[in-house]
Amino acid sequence: MKQQRESRVHERYLRHSKKFPNVWCAGCGIGIVLGAIIRAVDALQLDKNDVAMISGIGCTGRMPVYVDFNTMHTTHGRALAFATGLKMVRPDMKIIVVMGDGDALAIGGNHFIHAARRNIGLTAIVVNNATYGMTGGQYSPTTPLGARAATAPYGHIEHPFPIAELAVTAGASYVARSTVYHVIELEKFIAQAIQKDGFALVEAVSYCHTTLGRINRWGRAPDMMRRLKEQSVTVRQAEKMSANDLKGKIVRGVLTDRQDMIEYTKLYDQIIERAQEEVG
Amino acid sequence: MMAAQYQVRLAGTGGQGAILAGILLAEAAIRDGKNVTQTQSYGPEARGGASRSEVVISDGEIYYPKVLQADITLCMSQEACDRYGGERSRSGLLILDSDHVSRAPTTMAVRVPLTSLAKQVTGREITANVVGLGVLVGLTGIVSREAMEEAVRARAPRGTAEMNLKALRAGFEAAERVRSGGA
Amino acid sequence: MTTNANPSDETNGVLMQGDEACAEGAIAAGCRFFAGYPITPATEIAEVLSRRLPQVGGKFIQMEDEIGSIAAVIGASVGGAKAMTATSGPGFSLMQENIGYAAMAEIPCVIVDVQRLGPSTGRPTSPSQGDVMQARWGTHGDHPIIALSPSSVRETFDLTVRAFNFAERYRTPVILLMDEVIGHMRERIVLPDPDTIELVERAGTTVPPEWYKPYENFPLDVPPLVPFGEGYRYHITGLHHDERGYPTNRLDEVRPWLERVFRKIESSISDIMIYEEDEVQDADTLVIAYGVTARAARQAVEQARQHGHKVGLIKLSTIWPFPEEVVERAADRLHRVIVPELNRGQLALEVERVVGRHKVRRVNRADGSILSPDDILDAIKEWSR
Repeated sequence: MKQQRESRVHERYLRHSKKFPNVWCAGCGIGIVLGAIIRAVDALQLDKNDVAMISGIGCTGRMPVYVDFNTMHTTHGRALAFATGLKMVRPDMKIIVVMGDGDALAIGGNHFIHAARRNIGLTAIVVNNATYGMTGGQYSPTTPLGARAATAPYGHIEHPFPIAELAVTAGASYVARSTVYHVIELEKFIAQAIQKDGFALVEAVSYCHTTLGRINRWGRAPDMMRRLKEQSVTVRQAEKMSANDLKGKIVRGVLTDRQDMIEYTKLYDQIIERAQEEVG
Repeated sequence: MMAAQYQVRLAGTGGQGAILAGILLAEAAIRDGKNVTQTQSYGPEARGGASRSEVVISDGEIYYPKVLQADITLCMSQEACDRYGGERSRSGLLILDSDHVSRAPTTMAVRVPLTSLAKQVTGREITANVVGLGVLVGLTGIVSREAMEEAVRARAPRGTAEMNLKALRAGFEAAERVRSGGA
Repeated sequence: MTTNANPSDETNGVLMQGDEACAEGAIAAGCRFFAGYPITPATEIAEVLSRRLPQVGGKFIQMEDEIGSIAAVIGASVGGAKAMTATSGPGFSLMQENIGYAAMAEIPCVIVDVQRLGPSTGRPTSPSQGDVMQARWGTHGDHPIIALSPSSVRETFDLTVRAFNFAERYRTPVILLMDEVIGHMRERIVLPDPDTIELVERAGTTVPPEWYKPYENFPLDVPPLVPFGEGYRYHITGLHHDERGYPTNRLDEVRPWLERVFRKIESSISDIMIYEEDEVQDADTLVIAYGVTARAARQAVEQARQHGHKVGLIKLSTIWPFPEEVVERAADRLHRVIVPELNRGQLALEVERVVGRHKVRRVNRADGSILSPDDILDAIKEWSR
């Protein structure tokens, strides 16, 4: 039964007026993340009218156009800032912000940490493929040290950003990480993130076989998918591992789920009350 | 034909309250039914540095909002006096805080120890700007004393109205002494 | 003592700062969202609105930078709020990409730029009119824009209201070009009765959601923008798009959009043009000025008239689109046009384009000081010899 439902659920959320196929390469992980988002929204029985999907620029930035929500494809790096304005005006909306690693952590890094710090009620989903896929495989803030990229022909000399850990430190209410291989888990985390009142981040580790994979001879899409499976460990497993053993591993699971913080627009409602009391 | 217009410049060191004095004078002018503009210039410092406030008061419309030639200049620091003391019009009035200004470009300046007067009557040197306003208004009548008092009362932070009015009246009295030849 | 506005006698008016009048004008216009980042000389606008907006149920946020500020403003506008940001030159430069986004996606918003001396950090507390061309062409690509420039505290209030009205009526970003003098100046003003202020609200739609096209080639050229969350699910993008908002590369979809967005402004020039003419009927010399410079110009013109010079003044409140017809009409009868500006000659380029270079005399200052009436009077006298 569940299988049958799945094949239809996407149809109810995709825009039929928008001509397919999509822009993503065959074998790309971004579609898997989109599928997980759709199933999470469906499982939560949200009204499409109350859901907004906002993106920046890049391969992941093209995600909103395909779904039948209130959708907005903004400028590079700024999706969270656009979403902040929308959330303040429409606090009851569920706003899902989808970004790539370059979008969220390089050009949009400042907005990323401040949206988390404010604990504004947005669901941020970062599809981390460790590169700029759309422009051809240049190194991004999460490209592994030593990897080759279109702009690192001699090997990459910068350290990658740990996206999820950064969000924890910056003050997010909910932070989880999974991969596009662990689809069921990813869908569960996304649903939890959407339900969270404050700022919630899900890092969806993916890959780009077309650019970074090709440049580094990491194989084709199935090979890279297999690497996600082999390289990942759960939070619980990671607790028992040494720092050395953890090198190059993807730690999956819920990194934080705080209950002690009030969401930003709810705090602002208190400001309004205070201001209006003052003027009488 | 342009209506009668008075140009006032208030200058001192940042933190002395020259800009606030300009605002108070402008608000008094409004209470007298006049048109008024108040502009300012200051450095990047919140305290210290040169600070200048300009007020144009007119019965008619004010086009150019800044002082072109001051009819009245109040200088609360030596630096302000060096800069603006000589710039006033020939017939203009120059008022100096003699506690801070020792050299002036003219012997015609009115010298009043604004800071020590402020300390004397309110115990707070910070009210020297209001004492200065009192002297300025007392000597020139550019706005009515009543309007000046009302403006000070309206803007004074809670609980400081009386203190500031004391400072203002001390300025009025100092102006009377200047008029009668003493200082 | 505080420096907050303190209303005095109501009939006499109040002493109000230009930045504050901008904030109050925004409230009066129905602005209910502001996002900004502190910068001299525009900070007072943010400070006033952080206090005033929650009083009227609106919202204020200080963002992490100016790029985020304009982004949040556009997001709020998409949510249905009248929204504004305020900045100065450096921040205005940072906002340019997203101003282009608002023009492309046709999202109403107001951007206030209290001009200070540039380029770069320049002199933060010194006035300038150096952002005239940036207001027109600061973002990449061809797009229409509306920019207004006030020359008094009261006009700052009025033009802020007009800026919101234009933004909503034409679905466009509108730029309010103030300058440091007007922003920081305090002046006696009498505010209008709120009931007498004409307000434009965002047009709604009567069509059902499945028929709604946010970028439809509408007869009036401005298709209604339905806020997110009201049952009309559609797509907004900075890519060239079709009538439904979906990205397109088709020339037959890109071209009509481009034509429509220019037409929506150009066909409404008479509504958008705000200017004042003074003593132009018999004038052989004309001064064209805006912002704080228009005040010096007015005094200069009055003094010149007293000396027998036949000189008139056009004070422009609408700078962009450039009021070609107004200038052309006046210039036909004139021998000379003087354009005083606090820059090296920016709007003068437009005047020269319309009336011819040989007729135009620029009077410029771009060092942080302002032009005095004498500076302009000298130019009038020099040319009348």
